[in-house]
Amino acid sequence: MIALLIVIPAAVGIVAFFVESDRLRRILLVCAALAHTTLSLTTWLVPPAPALGGWLAEDALGRLIETLTSVLFLAASFYGVAYLREERSRPHSDFEEGFLFSNAREATFTGCLLLFLAAMTLVTVSQQLALLWVAVEGTTLASAPLIFFHRHHRSLEATWKYLLICSVGIAFALLGIFFLAVAASDPGSSTISLMVDDLRTNAHHLNVPWLKAAFVLLLVGYGTKMGLAPFHTWLPDAHSEAPSVASALLSGALLNCAFLGILRTQEICVAGGLADFSDKLLLVFGLLSMAVAAVFIAGQTDYKRMLAYSSVEHMGILAVGVGLGGAAVFGAVLHLINHSLTKAMLFLVAGNLLAVYRTKSTAGVAGALTALPVSGALWLLGLFAITGSPPFGPFLSEFTIVKAALDQGQTFVAVIFLVILAVILAAMAAPALTMAQGTPGEHVLPVPGRSFALSAVPVLLGIAVLMMGVYVPPVLTRALREAAHLLG
Amino acid sequence: MNQLINSLLVILVLTGFMLLGSSRLDSCIRTVAVQGVLLGILGVAMQADQWSIAGVMLPLSSAVVKGFVLPWLLFRAMREADTAREVEPFISYNLSILAGATVLGLSLWLGRQLQLANQPASSLLVPAAFFTSLVGMIVIVSRRKALTQVLGYLALENGVYAFGAAVALRLPILVELGILLDVFVGVFVMGIAIFHISREFDHIDTDKLTALTDRLR
Repeated sequence: MIALLIVIPAAVGIVAFFVESDRLRRILLVCAALAHTTLSLTTWLVPPAPALGGWLAEDALGRLIETLTSVLFLAASFYGVAYLREERSRPHSDFEEGFLFSNAREATFTGCLLLFLAAMTLVTVSQQLALLWVAVEGTTLASAPLIFFHRHHRSLEATWKYLLICSVGIAFALLGIFFLAVAASDPGSSTISLMVDDLRTNAHHLNVPWLKAAFVLLLVGYGTKMGLAPFHTWLPDAHSEAPSVASALLSGALLNCAFLGILRTQEICVAGGLADFSDKLLLVFGLLSMAVAAVFIAGQTDYKRMLAYSSVEHMGILAVGVGLGGAAVFGAVLHLINHSLTKAMLFLVAGNLLAVYRTKSTAGVAGALTALPVSGALWLLGLFAITGSPPFGPFLSEFTIVKAALDQGQTFVAVIFLVILAVILAAMAAPALTMAQGTPGEHVLPVPGRSFALSAVPVLLGIAVLMMGVYVPPVLTRALREAAHLLG
Repeated sequence: MNQLINSLLVILVLTGFMLLGSSRLDSCIRTVAVQGVLLGILGVAMQADQWSIAGVMLPLSSAVVKGFVLPWLLFRAMREADTAREVEPFISYNLSILAGATVLGLSLWLGRQLQLANQPASSLLVPAAFFTSLVGMIVIVSRRKALTQVLGYLALENGVYAFGAAVALRLPILVELGILLDVFVGVFVMGIAIFHISREFDHIDTDKLTALTDRLR
C-alpha cells in the first residue's frame, strides 16, 4: 500500500506529460490527487505493512506529514484545474514590466506537479536516510519546472537560484549522511545500516564527534531546502515567481518534507543523548530565521514575497519549538500543520488577488473586500491567523511553544520569540488592512465567471485553520503526541 | 593496489587545480569529465579485496554518466547558448590557484584530524575528497557563467562521492542508482535552464540575474 502512494502519482505524472487533451489531463490530475488522499487517510485506519524490506514504512511523524501533503495537494489540484482553465496558452502581458510572455506547456506543469507529489511522499515514508536524501533532491528537480511556468526572465532567475542553491545545499546533506555512516561504523565491519530505527537503537554506541558533525551538515543541507536563515536566499524569489498553486505547495508541503530530514537526525541525536547539542543549534538557527524574516517583512512592498518571508519565520518557529524540547515539540508539530494549512490558503488567495489586481505590490491593491468579497475576507483573516491571533490554529500552537519555553525557564528565548512575533504582527497588519479596505481603483477589472473552485478551496482551508484553533480532534492529538515523543 | 589508488588520488588533486587554472570552458568540462572517470576507477579499485558484479557495475556506470553523458550534455548546452569560450572568473586565475593551494593545506590538516574507525585504503583519500569538494565551492562562487556553476556543483558532488568511497561505505544499489539519477537529472534540468537563460538574456552570466531583490520601503 505504501508503494502505491508513490507509484500512483509517479505513473499518472509520467502519463500526463503525453496526454494531449487538456480536459483529460485535468481529470487525471484530480483523480490521482483523490486516490492519493483516500489512500493516505486509509493508512490511519489500517496501518500499512512496511515495503522494500522496511525502507518504506510509516511512523507517526511521517504519516502526519504525508497526510498533510496529500490533503494540500488535493486542494491545490482542484484550485489548479480552475487556474489552468483561466490561464489560456496565449501570450500574457507581464504585470510588472508589460512585456509579453507565454506559459510552459500545461502538460509539463501537470506532470511535474504529480512527480513532485510522488517525491514528497517518498520523503515522508523513507526510513532509510540515504533514500530520503534521494527523494529530497527529487523534490527539487520535480518542482523547478513548476517555478518556471511563466516563461520570463524573473521566473527563470528564481528557478536558477532555486536549482543551484538547493542542489549545493543538498550535497552537504549527502556528506552529512556519509559522516553519520562513519559515526555508526565499527572497526572491521563494512556493512552499515542507515535505517533510522537501527541508528536510534544503537545511538549510544555512535561516535560522538562524527555524529555532531553529521548533524551540522544535515542541518545546513536540509536547512537550505527548508528556508532557515541564512540559507533561505532562494526562497522569496521562488515563492514569489512561481504560480500561486505551486507556491502554496512549496510553502505548505515541501518545506515540511525538508524539515523531516532534519527531524530524522534529531531523533538519532535525542536517542544518543546529544539533545543538548542539537537543540542549541536548532534554537540559534530558529531565532535567527525569525529575526531575519521580521526585518524583511517589515519593509516588504510585494505581498507574495511577504508571504514567502513569513514562511521563513514559521520554519524558524518550528526549529525553535523542536529545539526547546519537551512540550514545545508537541507545539512545533502542531504548528507545522497549522502553518501549512494557513500558508497554502494565503498563497491561493494571493493568486486570486494577483489575477484581478494584476500587481504584486501591496500598495497597488485596495478594496479587496469590495472587489473580491470572499478572497478579500480570507486574506484579512488569513494574515491575522498567520501572525498568531486567536482563535485560529497558529495561535494555539505558538502559545504552546511559548508556554513550554517559560515552563522550562527559557525566559530569554520566550521574550525574543514574542518580540519578533509582535514586530511581524504589526508589519503584516498594516498591509492586510490597507489591501482589504478602501475602494478598488478603476483599473481593476471585474472578472466575470471566475471559477467557483478558486474561492471554494481557500474557504475550505480557512475553515480547517479555524477548526484547528478551536478543536483539535483526539485522533490528531494522539498522533501528535506519538510524533513528538521521538523528538525529545 | 594501493599504488594505483594513490596515483588516482594525486591525479584527482591535479584535476582540481586544472579546474581552477584553466581559462577555457571546454577544457573545464573535460577536466570534470576526467574526475568522473577517475572516481569510477577508484570505486572499482577500492573493492579489490571482494569483487562483485554490482560492486563493479555501479562505479563503472557512474564513470560513464559523469565522464561521458554529462559532459556531452554540457557541451551541447555550451553550443546552444553560443557563449564565449572564456571562463570569466571574478578573481584572477593566479588567485584561484592560490585559493586552491590554501584549500589543499586545509584538507590535509582536516584529514589528519579526523579519526576513522576503518582506516581508509590510502591516507590521501579523505584530504583528496575534501579538496575536490572545496574546489567545487570555489568555482561556484568565483565564476560568472551559469555553466561554470554547474561544473562547480559537479566537482562538489564528486568530492562527496569520493568521501563515500574513502570510508568504504557500501550503499545499497538502489540508493547508489538514486544518487546517480539525481545528479544526472539535476544537470539535465540545469542544462535546460542555461538554454533558456541564454535565449532570454543573450548571455549566461549569473551576476546579471539581479531582477529579484527586496525593494524595501
